[in-house]
Order: sequence, then structure tokens, then C-alpha cells
Amino acid sequence: MGLLGHLSLWLAFLVGLWGAITGFVGGAQQRPDLQQSARNATLALFGALLVAVISLEVAIFRHDFSLQYVASRTSRNLPTFYLWSAMYSGQEGSLLFWAAVLSLFGAMTQLLTSRRHRAYLPYVAAITSLVATFFVSVMLFAPANPFQRAAFTPLDGSGMNPQLQNPGMVFHPPMLYLGYISITIPFAFAMAALLTKKLDADWLVAVRKWTIVSWLFLSIGLLIGMWWAYVELGWGGYWAWDPVENAALLPWLVMTAFLHSVMVQEKRGMLKKWNLALVIGAWLLSIFGTFLTRSGVIASVHSFTQSPVGYFFLAFLVVAAIASASVYIKRLPLLEAEATLESVVSREASFLFNNLLLIGLAFSVLWGTLYPIISEWVQGVKVTYGPPTFNFVNIPLGLVLLLLTGIGPLIAWRRASTANLRRQFAVPVTTGVFALLILLVAGMRDPGPLLAFSFGAFVFGTVFQEFARGARARHRQYGESTAFAVVQLLSRNRRRYGGYIVHIAIVLLFVGFAGMAFKTETEATLRPGESAELKGSDGHVYTFTHLGISQYNALNRQVTAALLDVRRDGKDIGRLRTEKRQHVDALGNNTFEPSTEVGIMSGLRVDLYVVLAGLVNGTEQAVFRFTINPLVWWVWFGGFVLVIGGLIVLWPGGTAVAVRGSKASSVQAGYAVKLEAER
Amino acid sequence: MSDRLSRRGFFAVSAAAAGALIQDTVRAGRVYDPQRAGRPKEPITALDTDAGIQAIEKKLRCSCGCGLDIYTCRTTDFQCTYSPALHKDVLRLAGQGKTAQQILDEFVKQYGQVALMSPPREGFNLAGYFLPGVAILVAAVFLLLTLRRWTRDAKAAAPATPATLSNATPDELERLRRELDRLPG
Repeated sequence: MGLLGHLSLWLAFLVGLWGAITGFVGGAQQRPDLQQSARNATLALFGALLVAVISLEVAIFRHDFSLQYVASRTSRNLPTFYLWSAMYSGQEGSLLFWAAVLSLFGAMTQLLTSRRHRAYLPYVAAITSLVATFFVSVMLFAPANPFQRAAFTPLDGSGMNPQLQNPGMVFHPPMLYLGYISITIPFAFAMAALLTKKLDADWLVAVRKWTIVSWLFLSIGLLIGMWWAYVELGWGGYWAWDPVENAALLPWLVMTAFLHSVMVQEKRGMLKKWNLALVIGAWLLSIFGTFLTRSGVIASVHSFTQSPVGYFFLAFLVVAAIASASVYIKRLPLLEAEATLESVVSREASFLFNNLLLIGLAFSVLWGTLYPIISEWVQGVKVTYGPPTFNFVNIPLGLVLLLLTGIGPLIAWRRASTANLRRQFAVPVTTGVFALLILLVAGMRDPGPLLAFSFGAFVFGTVFQEFARGARARHRQYGESTAFAVVQLLSRNRRRYGGYIVHIAIVLLFVGFAGMAFKTETEATLRPGESAELKGSDGHVYTFTHLGISQYNALNRQVTAALLDVRRDGKDIGRLRTEKRQHVDALGNNTFEPSTEVGIMSGLRVDLYVVLAGLVNGTEQAVFRFTINPLVWWVWFGGFVLVIGGLIVLWPGGTAVAVRGSKASSVQAGYAVKLEAER
Repeated sequence: MSDRLSRRGFFAVSAAAAGALIQDTVRAGRVYDPQRAGRPKEPITALDTDAGIQAIEKKLRCSCGCGLDIYTCRTTDFQCTYSPALHKDVLRLAGQGKTAQQILDEFVKQYGQVALMSPPREGFNLAGYFLPGVAILVAAVFLLLTLRRWTRDAKAAAPATPATLSNATPDELERLRRELDRLPG
């Protein structure tokens, strides 16, 4: 299997190179034979990489420890569930996964893109093939080949890092990779538009769905990663501003900016230069993030991905940035706006400010991530730019962004009159101020959460008003019931109302984030029968009684479990179990240091979060850390709503949106309005 | 009678002995294999949970490479050998009567500024804190001025009277806007 996989990589490398060359030449010389060859090459590239993936999976499932990667990432007793995820649990396998998925997306683009956008496809084939080939070349020429043979074949493998043996880690990396990888498709279309000089809005139509797909996968990947960090790492939070987390957040922020500004180009034919720059920037940031996380330039807890291959990415990043910037600058004269801005108080302007904040936030995260290096260069002093600094800098920016989430939809396109603004803002502002007053009366004084909850209420008021007005109009026009009218709104204008659902999700996420300001925690040493008490921010007193320690074997681990009885204000609310796990291989040898499994009792108001720190002198006397985390449930629920909103936006069908400058815009769109005397 | 008493006594003594044995086992009995539970822990003392000590430790970075502060690391990654040692250093310095700032200074003296979770707000580090915010503010002002220039230019370039809606009064235009707003999605 190792040989077959290795040969497949070489085949993929050659086919990918061929696809890139024929795609570029075929596109430039308008030669159908080369264009067809480039198209076929993308399919063949996918086929070759699929064989490589299957070879690696078969080697993993057959416990072929003659392969270095299989021996260092798995063991004979690793549960089947994690044998699947072993493929992308390490540097080499994740590179193969990346290349294979990109080749799949490249092939899908060739097969599924409508005839109208065929002109872009040779260049799209060339770019996707080139990027996939780069990943294959990293595997072949850098020390990152998943089919590298081990110096000797061990009886059993080293096993998988215990922290990766969590369901979250089975889904988090592929989701994040899918998001990262699929950014290449919008980038490829953007570059194809620049190269073909077909810079009307057609390329936007071609990439819109792909951009939402990327954004959605990145969102899911980030959310699952947060959940994994919360349930597995045991430090009581879900976001630590780790460089790897930040690297995933950067393209997400830029793509969110693009998804807003693209509407301005669709409706008004403006911001063409900006939109192209955002797509190119998002892709370059995805490569930059990969370099950052795989080079070891910046210390990160994700140490399993650090290696010299990062410098391959740095070289690729520099070349790609120079190449794409050159093409972009050359085509700037062709990217003039078709319309002019009529008023500063307009939806277009609000989107620009929204973009400014999103890009500013991305810059701020990048600045903080790189600041330790910058400080060392500039002042010769190593510093730590930790979570307190990130929070100090980014929380205010996040709050302003939350506010803009509510303001944007309230401002009319082209120009908003004073009367219009007064009417639009009345309900949302009242809702926000009302929430602020209630919180002040309730005694909340912390400005961060106070503003987060009030701005959240304001955004909720905006979205509620939008749905209420739309439903009322449908009721008046078609006599539909409110519930049916809301369903119709969602199904007939999925982008607009799906987007509002995403805005609600953002509010829920901010509510969850703000809740962490009220977290309480303590440590205690308890013998069986002894209790510790902790007061939560919800006003209740929680009592944790240590019931005892049990030890047993399960799957590939030896477990030491502590059971605790939990009471709220003296009333029994259940049991919590927290564990220490010593993972072993099939021969019973310890594979890693013992890891900790957190005990979590999740509720709408608070999460009870208990960690078994260790035992005293090998007895049942145990040291625990108890944390009460408020409103964490709303983060996960917000994430769920965000995915639903994203899927609604993405779902095919609904009312087609005519794009200015595209062929579709010649079709009659909008409403015919006849003014009648007001009753 | 004496037999009954003796039997009752026997059961009482046995029950007490069994109870004591169970209690002893349950309350502080040794576990089957302590090695499985990781490194042994010291019982928590009042100083470990002292809010002042925790506040200091939350400002100091653990040197194990986890990126977390000393308090979070020592209560999270229980295999880390650095954070418990650094915690002991904090306790030792506090025991010498040093203030929180003096303890932080002592760590900086020993390990450099990298020991702090946040760089000191002075000199070049001010850029670390304020550059993004200032950059966004400057960009916002620039954007606002640019937008105003665009709208001015657009007005100058626009025909004197619009070709359509030339007969519409401002009131009618506002009504038109309201009607458009009322239309469904």
C-alpha cells in the first residue's frame, strides 16, 4: 500500500503540473484541445490523490507499521472511530487530505460550473491544479511524505495523542480544512476573471455559492474547535487566542467582509476592486495561516503541526502574493465602478464601514499574533501577547461590529432620509435601551457585558422588525398567516432572511462570550463524603460532594474516575464524573502522559465544569477544580443557528437575485409600484 | 439473656469494625493503581485559592509553552512541571512580604518581559495595544472623507433634474420609499 500511495503521489504531481500548464496556455491561446486536456487533468489529479488517500487509510486500518506515519500516529488498539481521523491527525496525512480535497473541489468546479461561466474554467483548472501540485510537492520534496517507510517495523504503534481522541477532533480538522481549501475556488475564479479580462459581475455569480460554502465550513470548523477545546483541554474556556485559532479566524473575517461587500457590487456595480482584493486576500491569508501553524515561527499548543515544511509555504506565499498582486494591479483600469455613491447615509456606506471593521479586526488579530516577533525585531525584547491583551484590543472592536450588525439592515440603499431613519431605528433602539435599563436596574455594571447584551437586544430588534414587516406585508398582500408568511419570506428570499438568521446567531454568540465575564472558580481537596461549595453568577449555591474514586480499563485506556454528587441550593440535580486517562498500546505499555477528562453539566444559565486534578498520596483523597461558566450553552446554540442560517442562504432555489452587470440583470427585476392616495 | 446480649454485642462490635473499615477505605483508602492517575498532588492550601495569589498568577505566563497563565496551567495541564514550580515561587515571594507588583517585577527580572501575559504599556508596546484601534479610526475618517467626496462628485456630475420622477414631490418620494419598504422579501 505504501508503494501504491507513493506512486500515486508522483502521478498526481505530474498530472497536476500538466493541468496547470495546459490550463494557462490553453486559456491564453484559446486552444480548445489544451483546455479540454486541462479539464481532464483535474479529474485525473483527483483520481490519483484518491488512490493515495485510500492507500493511506488501508495502511492505517491494516496497522501497517512499516509506514512511519502509521506507526507514529496509531496503535493496534486505537478505536476504529479514530482510525478514520488518524489520516489527518498529523502533518503528512493532513497535507494529503488537503491536496485530495482541493483536487475534488477542482474536479467538481469543472463538472458543475454552468455553461455561462465556461470561459473561466481553463484558468480555474490551472490554478486549482497548481495549488494542489504545490501540496503534493511539499509531501514529496519536504520531509512530509505520509508513505515514508519506518527504519524498522515496531510490534505496535505509538498511538494517537489522547487529546485528539475526542469526537470533536474527528470533525474539527476536516471542517476547518474544507473551509480553508475551498477558498481556493473563489480565488481561482477571481484570478480567472482578471486573466480573461471578463470582469463584469459574472464571476461573482460563479463564486458566490463557493464563497458561502467556504465560509460555512470555516464557521463549523471554528465552532467544533471551540467545543473541543472546552470539553477536552480542561482550562475552562473555548478560545485562547492561540496562533492556530487566530490563523483560522483571519480568512473567516475577510470572507465575512466579502459576503457583505459583494452585495454592493451585485446591486450597484460598485466596489469591484475591493471585492477582488478581498477574495485574493482571504486565500493568501489561508496560506499564511498554514505557514504560521506549520513552521513553528510562533509558539502554539498545536505543536503536532510544526515542522520545516512551513518554509515551503512561505516561499509559495511570497510567489503567489507577487503573482496575484501583479495581475490585479495590471487590471485595475478595467475595474471602475458602474455607479456612484449618492449619500454617506446609505446601505452601501454602512457596508463599507462594516468591511472596515471586519478587516480592521483581522488586522488586529494578525498584529497581536505577530507582535511577539515584531517586538523582538524592533526593540529586541521578547514579549507575550496573551489573551488579556487580545481581549483589551479586540473586545471594543467586536462590540462596534455587533452594533453595525444591527445598523446595516436599517439603512436604505442609495440614500436614507431622516424620516426613514427615524422610522427604521425606533423599535431596535427602544429594544436596546430597554435591555440596557433592565440590566442596570439588575445591578450589572461591567461595561463589556452591559454593552454586549444591549447591542445584542438592538440587533435582535432590527431582525425582528425586518421579519415582522415582511410578514405583515405578505399577510396584507396574500392573506397568509404570520407563521406561514415567515416561512415564505425565508424560502423566497433566502439570502436576505437567511442572513438575518446569521445575525441572530452572532447575537447569541456574543451573549455567550459576554457570559464568561461572570465565571467563578475554586479548587478543593476532598475525601469521599466531603463537599465543596461554589456560588454561581446565577445566584445559586452549588454543592459538590466527592462520592469516590473508581479505576477500570476501557478500550485503549486505564481510567481513574471520580464521581461527584451535585446539589443546587441543597436540591439534588445529578452526578458528575471526571477522569484521568492513562492510554496504553496493545501490549499494555503506556503511550502518553495521563490526560484529563472534564466533567460538565450543561444548562441554559450555567455550565458546571469539574476537573480531577489528581490524587493525594495515591488515596481517594482528590484535588478538584470547580468552575461555573455562565451562558456557554448559548455559544453552541448560536453556532447551531449560524449553521442553519448559512444553510438557508446556501440552499438552491428561491428568488433569483439579478446581478448588475451580469447577463441575468437584463431580466426584469424588482417591483412595479403605483402610488395611491393614503387612507 | 446473657447469650442474647453477647450476640447483640458481637454484632455491634462487628458492625462497628466493618463500618470503621469501610469508612477508612472509603474516606482515605488507597486506589488500586495510583500510577494511572498521574502525578500525585499536594492537598490544596488556603494560599493556593487565595484571590490575591490567583490574580498575580493570571498575569504571569507559564514557561512550558502552553501559552496559558500560571494559574490556568497549574489547574489544567496537570502534567506540567513548570507551573507548580512557578506557583511555589509566587508563594515564596508573597511569603517574603512582597507586593503583587514587586512579585511581577521579580519575575520580569528573572525571566524577562516574556513572563508577563501582557507587555507593559510603555514605549513601543503602546503600538501593540493601540495601533489597530488607531489605524481603524484613521481609516474610518479617511473613508468618511472619501465617501463625502464621492457623493459631492456624483451630485456635480448628475443632470440638473432627474429624468424620471421629475414631478414627484419630496412627500411623494417618501411615500414611495415607505411603500417599497412594506413589500415582502
